[in-house]
Amino acid sequence: MRRFLRPGHDPVRERLKRDLFQFNKTVEHGFPHQPSALGYSPFLRLMAIGTRSGAIKLYGAPGVEFMGLHEENNTVMQIHFIPDQCQLVTLLDDNSLHLWSLKQHGGASELREEHRFTLKGPPGSPPSATQVTAVLPHSSRDVLYLGTESGNIFVVELPSFRVLEDRTITPEAVLQRIPEDNCNRRSCELVEALREHPKNPDQILIGYSRALIVLWDLQNNKAIQHFLGSQQLENLYWQRDGSKFISCHYDGSYTQWPVSSDNRQSEPLENTVPYGPFPCKAISKIYWQTTKNGLPYIIFQGGMPRASYGDRHSISVIHGSQQTAFDFTSRVIDFFIIFSSDPAAEFDDPSALVVLAEEELVVIDLKSAGWPAVHPPYLASLHCSAITCSHHVSNIPLKLWERIISAGSKQNIHYSSMPWPIDGGTNIAPDPPQRDLLLTGHEDGTVRFWDASGVCLHLLYKLSTVRVFLTDADPNDNMNTQGEDEWPPLRKVGTFDPYSDDPRLGIQKIYLCKYSGYLAVAGTAGQVLVMELNDEDAEHVVDHAEADLLQDQEGYRWKGHEKLKTRDGPVRFEAGFQPFVLVQCQPPAVVTSLALHSEWKLVAFGTSHGFGLFDHQQKRLVFVKCTLHPSDQLALEGPLSRVKSLKKSLRQSFRRIRRSRVSSRKRRGGGGNASEVQEANAKFDQDALQEMELAPVQRKIEARSAEDSFTGFVRTLYFADTFLRDSSRHCPSLWAGTNGGTVYAFCLRVPPAERRMDEPVRAEQAKEIQLMHRAPVVGILVLDGRSTPLPEPLEVAHDLSKSPDMQGSHQLLVVSEEQFKVFTLPKVSSKLKLKLTALEGCRVRKVTVANFGSCKTDDYSENDLAVLTNLGDIQIISLPFLKLQIRYPCIRKEDVSGIASCVFTKYGQGFYLISPSEFERFSLSTKWLVEPRCIVDMPEVTSNNHVHNKCGTENAARKCSPGDCGEDERKSGRLMEHALLNDEKVLKEIQSTLEGGR
Amino acid sequence: EFRRFSLERSKPGKFEEFYGLLQHVHKIPNVDVLVGYTDIHGDLLPINNDDNYHKAVSTANPLLRIFIQRKEDADYSAFGTDTMTRKKNVLSNVLRPDNHKKKPHIVISMPQDFRPVSSIIDVDILPETHRRVRLYKYGTDKPLGFYIRDGSSVRVTPHGLEKVPGIFISRLVPGGLAQSTGLLAVNDEVLEVNGIEVSGKSLDQVTDMMIANSRNLIITVRPANQRNNVVRNSRTSGSSGQSTESSLPSSTPNILGNVLQGEEESDEEDIIIEDSGEPQQIPKAAPTSESIESLSQIELLHESTQNGFLPSSEMNSNHSAGSISMEYEVPEPGPKSLEEDGTIITL
Repeated sequence: MRRFLRPGHDPVRERLKRDLFQFNKTVEHGFPHQPSALGYSPFLRLMAIGTRSGAIKLYGAPGVEFMGLHEENNTVMQIHFIPDQCQLVTLLDDNSLHLWSLKQHGGASELREEHRFTLKGPPGSPPSATQVTAVLPHSSRDVLYLGTESGNIFVVELPSFRVLEDRTITPEAVLQRIPEDNCNRRSCELVEALREHPKNPDQILIGYSRALIVLWDLQNNKAIQHFLGSQQLENLYWQRDGSKFISCHYDGSYTQWPVSSDNRQSEPLENTVPYGPFPCKAISKIYWQTTKNGLPYIIFQGGMPRASYGDRHSISVIHGSQQTAFDFTSRVIDFFIIFSSDPAAEFDDPSALVVLAEEELVVIDLKSAGWPAVHPPYLASLHCSAITCSHHVSNIPLKLWERIISAGSKQNIHYSSMPWPIDGGTNIAPDPPQRDLLLTGHEDGTVRFWDASGVCLHLLYKLSTVRVFLTDADPNDNMNTQGEDEWPPLRKVGTFDPYSDDPRLGIQKIYLCKYSGYLAVAGTAGQVLVMELNDEDAEHVVDHAEADLLQDQEGYRWKGHEKLKTRDGPVRFEAGFQPFVLVQCQPPAVVTSLALHSEWKLVAFGTSHGFGLFDHQQKRLVFVKCTLHPSDQLALEGPLSRVKSLKKSLRQSFRRIRRSRVSSRKRRGGGGNASEVQEANAKFDQDALQEMELAPVQRKIEARSAEDSFTGFVRTLYFADTFLRDSSRHCPSLWAGTNGGTVYAFCLRVPPAERRMDEPVRAEQAKEIQLMHRAPVVGILVLDGRSTPLPEPLEVAHDLSKSPDMQGSHQLLVVSEEQFKVFTLPKVSSKLKLKLTALEGCRVRKVTVANFGSCKTDDYSENDLAVLTNLGDIQIISLPFLKLQIRYPCIRKEDVSGIASCVFTKYGQGFYLISPSEFERFSLSTKWLVEPRCIVDMPEVTSNNHVHNKCGTENAARKCSPGDCGEDERKSGRLMEHALLNDEKVLKEIQSTLEGGR
Repeated sequence: EFRRFSLERSKPGKFEEFYGLLQHVHKIPNVDVLVGYTDIHGDLLPINNDDNYHKAVSTANPLLRIFIQRKEDADYSAFGTDTMTRKKNVLSNVLRPDNHKKKPHIVISMPQDFRPVSSIIDVDILPETHRRVRLYKYGTDKPLGFYIRDGSSVRVTPHGLEKVPGIFISRLVPGGLAQSTGLLAVNDEVLEVNGIEVSGKSLDQVTDMMIANSRNLIITVRPANQRNNVVRNSRTSGSSGQSTESSLPSSTPNILGNVLQGEEESDEEDIIIEDSGEPQQIPKAAPTSESIESLSQIELLHESTQNGFLPSSEMNSNHSAGSISMEYEVPEPGPKSLEEDGTIITL
C-alpha cells in the first residue's frame, strides 16, 4: 500500500509528469455573486463590477476581462475610473480608497492595486467627519474630490493619496459665501453628489443631502451660484452643454436648474414627479441625454408610486412620448448610459442602457425601435433558475454545433442585433482548440447549452422539458400580457427567475451523445426523456412508458411526491431537441444515474429503488431490477418521511437527556417539595441545553452494514461491449453500481441493425459483485486489451477513435468512494487496488477518465483518472496501474456544494460552482488551458484635452501602458474565491440554493 | 465416574477424534458434552478445537485431568482463570448446577464459537504508554460501538509543553465490541488507525479511515487511564492471556508491514455471483489457472490457520445482501478433512 503513497523516483516519469500535469484556476464564468458597485470608462470602453466580498472585475470586448480582489474582503461601494486613464478608484465600506491600474506585463494587461488610503480626520473628530459619501475624480487626473458625511469636501492628490488640506472645501466656507437667509450649518451636512462642469473643469457642482446645491469655483474658492430644492437630494446630472443640470429627489421628483452667472440664487426651470401624484419612491439616479432631434432621453432609477409599485426594481426611460419602465426581477445596483464620448460631439446621442441588477446584467438598445435587450456575450446569469446538475461534452462535431446554434438563434429573435457596446480592450488569447459544450440542468426543468470553449461562457440554446408535462402554471400563459394604457408602463426585462413552478421538474442527470444528437435528461420525479435534434418546429405525441422499479416488492408505501402528469395528445415543440420518449420511474424518486447508448438505442436509468433499461427504438422497457434491501423500509417512503424521522429522533434525544438528568437529580434529592423540584428541573433543562452546546462534535464509528438505508441507491450506470461471459465472445453489457457497494452486470442481446425493430432486446444478469467494504460505487469502467478505456458509443463509427482492442483481455475498473479496484474479465478476479480512504481518510466524490497530452510533444498522450475527493483535493491516478501521480488542493473542504457541483472534461479541465451564479474553471493539463489573455491599449487622447494641458499636471510616468497577465491574476482569482467562501452567509446561501434544488 | 486412558503425546491427533474417543470411553455416543481440563495453574480450561486440545496434551504433566459435562446442564462459568481456586470444588458445582450462592454468572456463548474479538498487539515495540488494539469486527453482529471527538492533548516539545489538537474516544456504546473488549475507554487519545497517524487529520477524515478499516480495525491509543498498561516481559495470566498470544506473531520490528499484510490477506474478499448463481469470493488474480473454488478454499484455510480459529458461519451470513434469495455459504473445510484417515489415537 505504501508504495502508492511514495511513488518511486523514476526521473523519466517525473519529467513526463511535469509535461502532462499542471493545476491552474483560470477563469470565473457567470455572474459575480452579490455585486455591489458598477463603474464605466467611456474612454477605455470597459465596465467594472465590484462585489460585496471585495472583488472587482473588469469587462470589455468578449474575452477581455480582469479580476482583482481587495485584501480586506469588504464590500465595494463605489467604482470610479480616472478620466482618460487606465486607472480606477474604488471605495469600500470600511471607508478605504484603492487605486487600481491596468498595466502591461509580458504582452498582456494585468489589473493591479497600486495604492490604498483611508481618509483621516483631525484627532477626536467623529468618524462621520471623514466618512466618504461622494467621489469625484477630476478630469485633470491629479486630484480626487471626496465628499463626506460631515459636509467637508477633501481634496486628495493622485496617485499618492496625499490630502491637500489647504484645498478642503468646508461647509463653513460654503456658507460664508452664500446668503444666509435660508441656509444654516445643517444645510451643508452630508455631500450626496459631486459633479464636474462638463465644459469648465474649474467648476464643480456640490449637492448636499438637504437639497442645497452649490456651483463652486475651484480657482477662486467661491460659490458661483446656489440652488435650493425643497426635497432631500438624491443625485445630480449635468446636461452636456453645462447650461443646465438636473437633480433628483427622495420624493420621486426631478428638477431642472438653469446655470447662469448673473443670478446667484436660481429658481428651478421645471419640477416633475413622473409617477405622481400619489407619493412616490426616491429617484436615486438620473441621466438627461440630448439628441439631434431635440427630444432628450430622461433615464432614471426608481420613482415608482410608493403604495402600488413600491416593491418594483425599475429604471424608466422617457423619450418624447415614448416611456417605458424596465422592471427587473432583482434589485438594481446601478446603471450607466453609453453615449457619444467624443467631447466635440454636440449631442449625447445615447446608444445603450447598461443595468447591473443584483442577479444579472441587462443591456437595452436605445437606438432600435421598441428598445430591445442586447444578448450579453458574458456575465450570463447561470442561476436564472438554480443549477441542479451539469454535464460537459468536449470536442463537439461542427455539424451538431451549428445545429444547436441555429436552434438557439431562433430563440433569440427578440434580442437586439446591436453589436455588444462594451468593447474595450483586445482579446489576444489563442482561439479555443475545440468546441466544448457545458450543459446545465436547472430547477425549473430547463437545460441550458453553454459555449464553454473559451473564456466567455455564452448561452447557445435553452431547452425546456416543461411542455411534456401538465403543471399548475401553463407555459402558454404569457406573463407579459399588459394593456396598452397600463400605468406605469412596466416592462419585464432580464432572464433571472428564481421561482420554480414545480420542483419535480428539476433536471438531475444529462447525457448528450455528440455524434447522434440524442440527448437524455432525467429529473426529480423519476422522469427520463430521450430527445432528438430537429431543425424544424414539430408537433408530435411523446411516447410514454412507466418503469415499476419495485416489481414484486410488496407492502411498500411511497410517501414522497407524486409523478408528473403528462400531456395527452400531440405537443408542439420548437426547433431544437424534441422529446420523443418519456419513461417515468415508479416510485417517482429522483433519478440518480443515467446512461445512453446511441448505437444500441438504449437508455438506462437508476433511482434509489433500482434501475431499468429502455429500448428507445422499439419504445419498450427491456427490464427493471430492484436494488432495495428487503429491510430498507426508509428508502421507499420518500424524502418527506426522512426529514420527519430525523426531527423526531432529535426531539427524542433531547427528551432522553432531559429525563435522565431529572431523574438522577430526583433520586439524589430525595423528598423535596414540589416547587423545589420544579426549580431544579428548570435548572437542569438549562444545564442540559448548555451542555449540549458545549459538547464537542462526535462521530460514530460503525461498519457499514447491508441493512443500511440507501444501499439500493443506484450511483452509476455504464454500457460496455466486453467479455462478460467468456473470453472468446464479447457482447453488449450494462453495468450498475449501488450505494451499498454492489455491482450488477447484465448481458444484453441487441438485434443487428436490419432486424432491430423486429426482435426484442434481451437482457440477462450475468454477474453480481459485492465489494466487501460496501462503499458506494461511483464509477465503473472497462479497459480494453491495451488498457485503454473503451470508446464512447459511435466514436469509432465516426473515425474519431481507434477501435478497442478486442483480442487482449479486458479489465474492469470499479471505483468506490473508498477504493479503486481492477478486476480481470470475464472471470472476475481482483488484480489491483488502491485504497484511498483507509490510508488518507478522504473519499472519492467525482471521478472521470481524462486524456492528458504532453505540452512538449504532440504525439504523446495518456489516459488517467481525475478524481475529486471530499476534502476538495484533486488527484490524478494512472491507468491501469492505479498509481497516484499528483495531488492538488482545489476546493475548500467546507464548500460541500462546490465539491458536489464539480464536473471534469475529457481533456483535464473542470468546472465547479463558487457561488450559485459562478463557475470556476480549472485545468489539470499543461496542454488544454483556457484563460483570459488580453490587452487594453490606451486610446489616443483626443483633441479636446486642452483641459488637462491647462491643468498642466499630466504625469507621463503615470501614463499607463496596458498590462500583463499570468500568475498574479491566478493568485487573485484564488483569493477571490477564498473571499467568497469565507463569507458564511454566502456559503449558507449557496447551500440553501442547492438544497432547494433537491 | 472416572476413566483413565493414555494418548500418544507426540501425535495427539484431531480434536474430533479425541471427542469421539471420549464418547466411546464413557459409552455416551449420542450425548453432547463439554470437555475441560485443568492446566498447570489449576485453571479449568475448555477443550473444543484442535489448538486447545494440542495445548492441553502438550502441557499435561504427566497426567491430563479432563472433565466432562453434559452440554445441557453445563456451567460455562466454571471455565476460566482461577476457576479451581475460586470454586473449591468444581465437581460440586457441576453436580448442583442451580446452586447460585452469589449473583448469577453471565452465560457466554458456547465455547465452540469462540473467536477473537480483540487483541492488544505490538506490545513489544510500542511505548508503554500506548496501546495498539485490534478489533475483529467481522464474524460478529456486534456493532463496533464507539464514538470519537476532537480534543486537545498536551505534548512535550523542544519548546516546552504544547497543546495540540487530537482525536479522542468520546463514548462507548454499551454492549458494543469496543466496550466489551475492555481495551478502549472514553477519553483515550487515538494516535493511529491501521498504522496511519491521525495527527493533522480532521475528525471526519479519521472517521472515514476507521470505517474504511472497520472489518479489521487497529487503533493505537494513549489510554486515559495509564495504570492498566501492559508491563513488558512479564507474562501475566488472566484476561490479557489472549492478547499476549496474539501479539506474538508481530514481534518483528516491521510492524506496519505486518499489520498491512494481515489486512490485505484477510479483509478483502469481495463476493462474485456468476450467472450460475453460486456466490463466490473473488480470488486474487494469480498466474496459475486454478479454479476459483480451489483458490477461495486456500484463502479460507489460510485465514483460519492465521487466526487460529475456525471461521464461524456467521461471517458469511452477514454478507447476504439485497434481493437475492441465496445464502453466501462457504463450504466448511473442517468435516472433509476429518474423514481423511482413521484414528491415530491409541488407548
